[in-house]
Amino acid sequence: MKLDSKVPEGALAEKWTKYKSSMPLVAPNNKRRLEVIVVGTGLAGASAAATMGELGYNVKCFTFHDSPRRAHSIAAQGGINAAKNYQNDGDSVFRLFYDTIKGGDYRSREANVHRLAEVSTDIIDQCTAQGVPFAREYGGLLANRSFGGVQVSRTFYARGQTGQQLLIGAYQALSRQIAKGSVDMYNRHEMLDLVKVDGKARGIITRNLVTGELERFSAHAVVLATGGYGNVYYLSTNAMNSNVSAGWRAVRRGALMANPCYNQIHPTCIPVSGDYQSKLTLMSESLRNDGRIWVPKSKEDAQAIKEGRKTALDIVEEDRDYYLERRYPAFGNLVPRDVASRAAKVACDEGNGVAPTGLGVFLDFSSAIQRYGLQEANSRGLSTDDTNVTKLGKEIIKNKYGNLFQMYEKISGENPYERPMKIYPAIHYTMGGIWVDYNLETNVPGLFAIGEANFSDHGANRLGASALMQGLADGYFVLPYTIGNFLSTQIRTDKIANDTPEFIQAEKDVKERLQGLIDINGNQSVESFHKKLGKIIWENGGMSRNETGLKKGIAEVRALRDEFYKDVYVPGTISEFNPELEKAARVADFMELGETLLFDALNRNESCGGHFREESVSDEGEAKRDDNNYTYVAAWEWNDGQDPKVHKEKLKFDNVELKTRSYK
Amino acid sequence: MKLNLKIWRQSGPNDKGYFDMHSVEANEHMSFLEMLDVLNEQLISEKKDPIAFAHDCREGICGTCNLVIDGRPHGPQKGTTTCQLHMRQYKDDDTIVIEPFRATAFPIIKDLVVDRSSLDGVIQAGGYISVNTGQAVDANAIPVEQEVAADAFDSATCIGCGACIAACPNGSAMLFTSAKVSHLGKLPQGKVEHKKRVQNMVAQMDKEGFGLCSNVGACEAECPKEISLDNIAFMNRAFIGSVLTTED
Amino acid sequence: MSWLITFFRSSIGRKLIMSLTGIFLITFLIVHLIGNLQLLYNDGGEAFNTYAYFMTNNPLIKTISYGLYFFIVVHAIQGILLAIYNRKAKGSKYAVNTHENASWASKNMALLGILVFAFLMLHMGDFWWKMKQNQLDMVTYASFDAPVKDLFTRVSIAFQELWIVVTYIIGLLALMFHLLHGFDSAFQTLGIRHKKYTPLISLVGKAYSFLVPIGFAIIPLYIYFGK
Repeated sequence: MKLDSKVPEGALAEKWTKYKSSMPLVAPNNKRRLEVIVVGTGLAGASAAATMGELGYNVKCFTFHDSPRRAHSIAAQGGINAAKNYQNDGDSVFRLFYDTIKGGDYRSREANVHRLAEVSTDIIDQCTAQGVPFAREYGGLLANRSFGGVQVSRTFYARGQTGQQLLIGAYQALSRQIAKGSVDMYNRHEMLDLVKVDGKARGIITRNLVTGELERFSAHAVVLATGGYGNVYYLSTNAMNSNVSAGWRAVRRGALMANPCYNQIHPTCIPVSGDYQSKLTLMSESLRNDGRIWVPKSKEDAQAIKEGRKTALDIVEEDRDYYLERRYPAFGNLVPRDVASRAAKVACDEGNGVAPTGLGVFLDFSSAIQRYGLQEANSRGLSTDDTNVTKLGKEIIKNKYGNLFQMYEKISGENPYERPMKIYPAIHYTMGGIWVDYNLETNVPGLFAIGEANFSDHGANRLGASALMQGLADGYFVLPYTIGNFLSTQIRTDKIANDTPEFIQAEKDVKERLQGLIDINGNQSVESFHKKLGKIIWENGGMSRNETGLKKGIAEVRALRDEFYKDVYVPGTISEFNPELEKAARVADFMELGETLLFDALNRNESCGGHFREESVSDEGEAKRDDNNYTYVAAWEWNDGQDPKVHKEKLKFDNVELKTRSYK
Repeated sequence: MKLNLKIWRQSGPNDKGYFDMHSVEANEHMSFLEMLDVLNEQLISEKKDPIAFAHDCREGICGTCNLVIDGRPHGPQKGTTTCQLHMRQYKDDDTIVIEPFRATAFPIIKDLVVDRSSLDGVIQAGGYISVNTGQAVDANAIPVEQEVAADAFDSATCIGCGACIAACPNGSAMLFTSAKVSHLGKLPQGKVEHKKRVQNMVAQMDKEGFGLCSNVGACEAECPKEISLDNIAFMNRAFIGSVLTTED
Repeated sequence: MSWLITFFRSSIGRKLIMSLTGIFLITFLIVHLIGNLQLLYNDGGEAFNTYAYFMTNNPLIKTISYGLYFFIVVHAIQGILLAIYNRKAKGSKYAVNTHENASWASKNMALLGILVFAFLMLHMGDFWWKMKQNQLDMVTYASFDAPVKDLFTRVSIAFQELWIVVTYIIGLLALMFHLLHGFDSAFQTLGIRHKKYTPLISLVGKAYSFLVPIGFAIIPLYIYFGK
């Protein structure tokens, strides 16, 4: 299979503009006749459904949530990037493009990324017009902050709730179309299969999660906006219900899963506290601006802290190892996410971790408190005795991070103003996803994938505040146009019938699959399988990977899958409200995706971005890319449970020079 | 710690519900929902029907989780969703009563899961600014006074969980509706449609079967995002004003 | 005028009726109290009885008083209707009842209202009705050119009865709690709320809710214990 990226000809900066104005259009009267299915109502799905509704298409939109306002886009804290250059600090579309390509460790498609940077400015305009309350300066104009190691301030934000505000903006735009009747909204409907007719994606099979009823929906095209697959690790910062099933079902029907080994691990999450733990909570990256990360120098001290015999306050300055400052003097605590995460793992693997599980490092604000306190005392002419300085310093920290500190205290029960926080990396975002071309169309004609569900823009590592940008770029400004390329060829196609043999067979397959899960009637819960799967993937395909581990992992996942189909217990029936059944189907798909992830990691014998292969390191032990052999997208084809097949899309870089990232 | 749980069970919307007693072994680091996970694992291992409860992000922002714990939506801790409530709030041998959100506009689906689509209905009636994709002017062309933006933001933090309705003895959705009316109505972008918006949203709110506000204030007290009654006053003002100043 | 009907059928319109009639009744209370405090004069009832004569014969006051009766009835009926409507909107109640999120009074306005209304019926039956039915003796004062009804004596006799005094105290307690929520609530419904002056409304409301019922309560207590 040849993967055609369909990137238009011409100079990088003009590709999108030219392409947009030469794309075939669909006349308004034809738009009314064309139906589009959108699965998922996160930033990408809601914005795409709303925009296509505005354009006049007949849209059917699906979510498994009880409302299109709940998707996990809502949890994004930090902000959204845009090359507005409102701060006059030299930002430009090219600079945002360049930062994104470099941040992605040169593993993304130039043309897609440039387009993303171009439309980024429109997103801010659109969202502001919708009433998204972005932070503002005293003069009433929009405020920006800098984020994640870039040298300009281009991040727009809405307190620590940017994702929520943007999603609600998109949800409101969608609600307006629902009220108008241009979008039919189906809440609590989970997509369980993709239906292809004559090789084209023509519909989906859904399960009504309230009644259990299976339904067939047809359309001229299907758009997947179903998010990332971070929950394959069981513990992640994703929401409990985030899953890969819709995307994976498409893969089972011929779509390709690209770069599944590119996962982002966020360094500042609250550590695991026990086996019962259901998910991990992220603390905004902004904390690293003021917090210093350290572990005790001696294993004895670490052990004493683990057992509760000592606390962080008992360790004197000389006995602390500020390992990021030591290893990366230039960037210190502000090294990129992947570097910070791996360094924490190294410290804990060496036995210096501090949480009860041994998997945690300190994030210490005491020097920031002293520094700010002293500044404040001096500038206000107050006493500089210790108590006063500490008090003033705590106030400053509270103003900057109050809500995060409060959240930490709620979850951990410890007061972070008095004692350093404990943090540990956790899976947070997946750069990999369904392979799409420049039109965001998969290799299955008529099937599109947008947002985190596709693989397209972040390469091997995503920059902070870029996920929201990509989701909305795809949904508001890219897909609604590019889908016209396909739909303009469909104007002579009548309404797609949903009672053809393809639909009936697909529905039957789904029914059998679900009934099969219940009929196993084994002894182990779905949750216990998910936990085991997560552990295998985390241990072998987590922050650091090697050939032996990956091979072992693949064997273990396969064994676990066999065990699952022999011994899982799913209570209830398929024709009722049954959350355990939903979970079982999702975990079954995670097993297949997880295996593919390990295959991808095994295939890619280089270290790049979020993917770290122990075999591919520099003399100093840092990640080493192999541009000669791996400058390609690995797109995996499902092979009926046999080893998946890889298809390669070579990446060409005409506008940037491939460099080694260094933070020393 | 050992906890005694008195939990509402109901197989379907039209079935009769009842309280069931369960006991579960928990520890203080667990979140409330993790404690229920443990109970469910226990029930599944006994091949019994697990307790259905709604949840998703488990970090207090998606608005999915919705339990009434000892008579209080989202439990005893102020400004906290159920998923952020931790078991260190409880002690050994406590008895906890867990019920679903109750309001006629929130029919029960199963056990502790309710249907809140009535809230979507209210938003669809006008909880938006009518601007198609691509129609927007440059974002900095609309300056917004910082205080106004902050005020609108406070209203916009609503997570749509419905705790206000659950807490209200009248099952009124005034806090929810008014939060959206204030969020959009205070911003210059939203002023154009403000009068129509408030009329349409109030009419829809009434149609969905929510009760009337009698200014009890339980909504504000239980709101996990601490949204203020100021919003309701704002909407009352806006509604009365709009009726008196519009053509129809 | 269909817009007006639509408005008063809307949830906010219906609440506005409660608020406006409530504010009128609140205003009436203070007028009523000031007049009634004349019962405390030790002048054989002259001040009070001539005041009562004025109140029942001045055409303007008479018109207002019909308005008052009307508003009482509207407030009561609308209140009951809203309570029934709200009960239906709530559906079933929680097994655990908590008052940690709101005051007891705010959650029991209908009950308190019914108590106040029952008390009002008793009160009016005892005095107003008897006066209207000419069941009172007539009395003449030198300073006044016509004979007036001796309501003062009727009141003085009534408040010799312990059960009546106790009933009044209970009725006034109910009024106090009703006002404690109703006063602020009336302003909130009108949308009169701002961080600059709402604390003041709240303070005045509290003072009013305590002082007015206490003022009324002094009368039966003074008469009962004073004689």
